[in-house]
Amino acid sequence: MAVDAARFSLTPSPRTRRRKLINVLMQALATLAALAAVAVLALVIGSVAQRGASALSWDFFTKTAVTFGQSGGGVANALVGSLVIVALATAMAVPVGILIALYVSEFAPPRIADLSRLVLDVLNGLPSIIIGIFVFGLLVIGSGQAAWKGSFALAIIMLPLIARATQEVLALVPSSLREGALALGASRWRTVLGVVLPTSLGGILTGTVLAIARAAGETAPLLFTTSIAANAVTWDPRQPVLSIPYDIFILSESADPADHARAWALGFVLISFVLVTSLTARLLLVRYRKKLEG
Amino acid sequence: MSARVNAITSTPALRARRRLGDRFGDVFLHGLTGAAAAAAGALLVAIAWKIFDIAHPAISKYGFAFVTRQGWDAIHSRFGALDLIWGTLLTSFLALLIATPVSIAIGLYLSELAPRGARTVIASLVELLAAIPSVVLGLWGILVLGPFVGQDLGPWLHRHLGFIPLFDGTPQNAGILVAVLVLTIMIVPITSSICRELFLGVPTELEEGALALGATRWEMVRGVILPYTRTGVGAAVILGFGRAVGEAIAVTQVIGAGYGIHWSLFATGDTLASKLAEQYQSATTKIQTASLVYLAAILLVISLLVNLLAQVIVRRFSHQRTGGS
Repeated sequence: MAVDAARFSLTPSPRTRRRKLINVLMQALATLAALAAVAVLALVIGSVAQRGASALSWDFFTKTAVTFGQSGGGVANALVGSLVIVALATAMAVPVGILIALYVSEFAPPRIADLSRLVLDVLNGLPSIIIGIFVFGLLVIGSGQAAWKGSFALAIIMLPLIARATQEVLALVPSSLREGALALGASRWRTVLGVVLPTSLGGILTGTVLAIARAAGETAPLLFTTSIAANAVTWDPRQPVLSIPYDIFILSESADPADHARAWALGFVLISFVLVTSLTARLLLVRYRKKLEG
Repeated sequence: MSARVNAITSTPALRARRRLGDRFGDVFLHGLTGAAAAAAGALLVAIAWKIFDIAHPAISKYGFAFVTRQGWDAIHSRFGALDLIWGTLLTSFLALLIATPVSIAIGLYLSELAPRGARTVIASLVELLAAIPSVVLGLWGILVLGPFVGQDLGPWLHRHLGFIPLFDGTPQNAGILVAVLVLTIMIVPITSSICRELFLGVPTELEEGALALGATRWEMVRGVILPYTRTGVGAAVILGFGRAVGEAIAVTQVIGAGYGIHWSLFATGDTLASKLAEQYQSATTKIQTASLVYLAAILLVISLLVNLLAQVIVRRFSHQRTGGS
């Protein structure tokens, strides 16, 4: 049997070489894409930090804006405004979100549960500006803006996030816990409130924090509901208040470089809050899930 | 069975009361949670109804011709949505055109290539990109990205690719191109994290089978992973489109409030959502407000269709993969 030298050659054929080259090329492209995404993240955070951090001062946090042409002044009213709006929105969205999740995972027949999930997903996919206009039409026309109306709009945005996060954690609660409680003679509602809910508390909390991080940066719903505000610190949710994202939006549209500096500083405050809270929540969620799954 | 347990621990009187309380508690909690779920559905209907209700004067005055008419003339109350629909579709499609291959590539990197230890870190960094508030991204877009596009990227594209209508005209700091890039940055984290999960769900034996047959990694991706996840990736892209269409704030900040229908990426423009964000407060007449909300109604219809389509695909896809449930 004659050995065909070419056939058993250890050097790759041109075709093999081309296949390997394409393979390496594609892997390099995929790596490059991931690097680019991380680079953009670093670039955005970097430029916000670089331009924003220098403008931060004690006055920035404690004073309100000065009139045009003067220097100094701060954003205390926007900070307090955001705090009021987001806190109220959280108070509105959390109980309803948890109730919906409980219904979907503990009570609803499969078809209805599917439909509820679909409703939540579609609600989550609505543009936030649509929700702003809805609340404007529902609450603002005729009676004017107010902080709590902005909160209502943000609550609509938070609701599907909280409900979906809660429902995912509820699904992780081992059925042995539920069955154990039922077998001991506990009724359904006692099982849900006494066993299922406390077990999933950690996951609900992190889901809520992620929703807060999202809501804190939303601008469009506040545009129509709480934007025309006095330049003073107010804790009253019945008054329209200024908020951090809306203030950034207005300042970024201005032509005055001093306004841009304030926008960067506010952006730095907002982005720090959002990134720190969502990172912490994510880490806690991973740990919590591991614990629950054993 | 529960009666047995109760019998041991309680007197008949207590048992009766507790059973009544339990039954009431069960019904009450069931009803309360059900009402909350129904409220979410009602909310969705109410949103659609309210938007069409405010837009009604404009809908009855202009009819469907509004959608196909150009121009936004507040003085003569002549309004049309075609410019804005064009701007919305152009920016969203181009953003998707860039974001789709990038997202697939990132998904592949995170599911197949990245070193094990770095995987979760890089994946959460990419997802963190989605957490950046759109108003901050818009601020960065107008003050950092815009000047870069206007002075470096734009002129370069114009010089080398100026024969394509897309790169015709004079590059500026604000315009369609900046909006497309900002939208791309917003879509990529969403679609890439869905892609990653889809790719991770491909059965290992299929992947290993292809490799064992002598396929290179890329051939395995092309022959096994991508065909297997095609539907899901399609749904991810549609979801990304829905996100791009509805983004108002960041686009308003960078697109430069222009008008007209043209191909040039260097020109300024407007989208349905950005027009709303810009003009809502300055709307003086009732018909102008109604016309603006007519834009919102168009946006709502697009976003509902897009979202429902994506959800239906996702649900059918997962149903098929799990073999039905």
